Amino acid sequence: MMLIFALFFLLPLVFVTIVSAWDYNEYEMIPAFSLRGYTDTFEGCIADLPELCTILKTYLKTVKLCLLTWSLTLFIGFTVAYFLAFHVRSKTWQIVLTLLCTIPFWTSNVIRMIAWIPLLGRNGLVNKGLQGMGLIHQPLEWLLFSEFSVVLALVHLFTFFMVVPIFNSMIRIDKRLIEAAYDAGATGWQTLVNIIIPLAKPGIVIGSIFVITIVMGDFVTIGVMGGQQIPSAGKIIEARLNALQFPAAAANAVILLGITILIISSLTRIVDIRREL
Amino acid sequence: MGDRRSKSFYFLGAFFIAYVLFLYGPMFAIYILSFQGPDGGLTFPMNGVSLVWFGKVFSGGGIVDIGAAFKRSLKLGLVVMILTVLISVSAGMAFRKAFRGSTILFYVAIASLIMPSIITSLGIALEFRLLDDFIVKHSEGWTTAMGLFTSGLGAHLTWTLPFGLLIMFAIFNRFDGRLEEAARDLGATPWQTFRHVVLPIILPSVVGIGLFGFTLSWDELARSSQAIGSVNTLPLELQGLTTTVTKPDIYALGSITSAVSFLVIFLALIVILVLQARQRRHGSDAGQGMV
Repeated sequence: MMLIFALFFLLPLVFVTIVSAWDYNEYEMIPAFSLRGYTDTFEGCIADLPELCTILKTYLKTVKLCLLTWSLTLFIGFTVAYFLAFHVRSKTWQIVLTLLCTIPFWTSNVIRMIAWIPLLGRNGLVNKGLQGMGLIHQPLEWLLFSEFSVVLALVHLFTFFMVVPIFNSMIRIDKRLIEAAYDAGATGWQTLVNIIIPLAKPGIVIGSIFVITIVMGDFVTIGVMGGQQIPSAGKIIEARLNALQFPAAAANAVILLGITILIISSLTRIVDIRREL
Repeated sequence: MGDRRSKSFYFLGAFFIAYVLFLYGPMFAIYILSFQGPDGGLTFPMNGVSLVWFGKVFSGGGIVDIGAAFKRSLKLGLVVMILTVLISVSAGMAFRKAFRGSTILFYVAIASLIMPSIITSLGIALEFRLLDDFIVKHSEGWTTAMGLFTSGLGAHLTWTLPFGLLIMFAIFNRFDGRLEEAARDLGATPWQTFRHVVLPIILPSVVGIGLFGFTLSWDELARSSQAIGSVNTLPLELQGLTTTVTKPDIYALGSITSAVSFLVIFLALIVILVLQARQRRHGSDAGQGMV
């Protein structure tokens, strides 16, 4: 197992880091030390200083999409997990309903993405429906191939990663604690804020790590749902690769890696992952 | 909490139903649309009902060789599934005792799980490219080491193994170690203990790992994108089609892909249920001797 991870995970990471500091020309990489991958990435950043340059704008946009998705998945995931953990009483129903949430996770992401097209397109169900009701006269253009559809698809795809860890933490909360709170006269809201949320925190953090890292590196969803028009950190890497500029792609990967590690390490300060399994 | 359902139950129940609809609604839309009549377009309404688009997919339709991609994905998925099960189970057993490097391995697995896929993919592509460059220098006629069952397989395993490992952890956290001690006391060899005591108990979950292994590989896209070499898997073909195709055959292809997923899920769940039922029946075999 270690061997597989070493061969296909650790070693590749090492190569990414090394190659990111290589020189390159139009069609091949040159094994000589150079920071061109990095300097090209930030080209023009100092010149346009009062304005943000393209690359920084792209990263900001990625972070923005990421935060939006994160807050939505957290809200939906928490509510769904809460319902499953505390309101569904029989074990069988819990399993059935959890499976119901899990099955889409086992089917293809691409298909779940393109599934939105007939709904959101210019002649899609939503536009037709709204027009039929007389609410709008022109089809809404921002429904598909926009930031809206990207966030919608991301939430659709990845809420599962929030539900499972949060549910897993919630199910371990001793029900007697909640009854005690109830007996002590706490309102439902007080119980939620003072007991359930603190105890479900590990699940929340693990779910957040999943969602944030996935969205930060994502280029497929953003590509398909954004009509290949919205820039993101992952898409930069893909574009560089398609141009065969490996060192530049690697440099971007290292930057992305740095940001991801930063986020994760600040989150793992809060919980110890291994203890929570 | 009282016995009566509170108001919040109904509110949250409605929320849950809305979430499930949100999850499944769009998928059903494309399943229905894939039966679009020959004149139908990409959206509702349906212009008749037909199997034309399914026929298009199977005859190739001149776009890409779907059949070949289908078989490649299937083969790769099966290999990934078998390897994931074997490696996860043995790693899971190993992790029950602390061994040197276990903590590091654990964190590496977690890191592999949450590392943005494109980085892993890029890394594997670079690794194989450099390897190729190296071999080409030393021998003539070498083309590439990159391919479905080298780099592609590796890329998929970095994604499926952490899931398998986590499931094994979840199992063994609930596993009663005294059962093994009892088996040892009765004179079972380590292999017998595993074969007759441990394996039957964990089998339903092992099937679950297989399910994860297959479906994750079957649908994997981001990691494959750079690491798969010159041929494409089915999800990659699908993604390519999203930008070029304007006919419902993409929905038909989507429906077929999902059908395979559902079939696998369904089979796996049945096997799990059967195994669990058997466990309950044979729950106590006290006094029956070893079978």
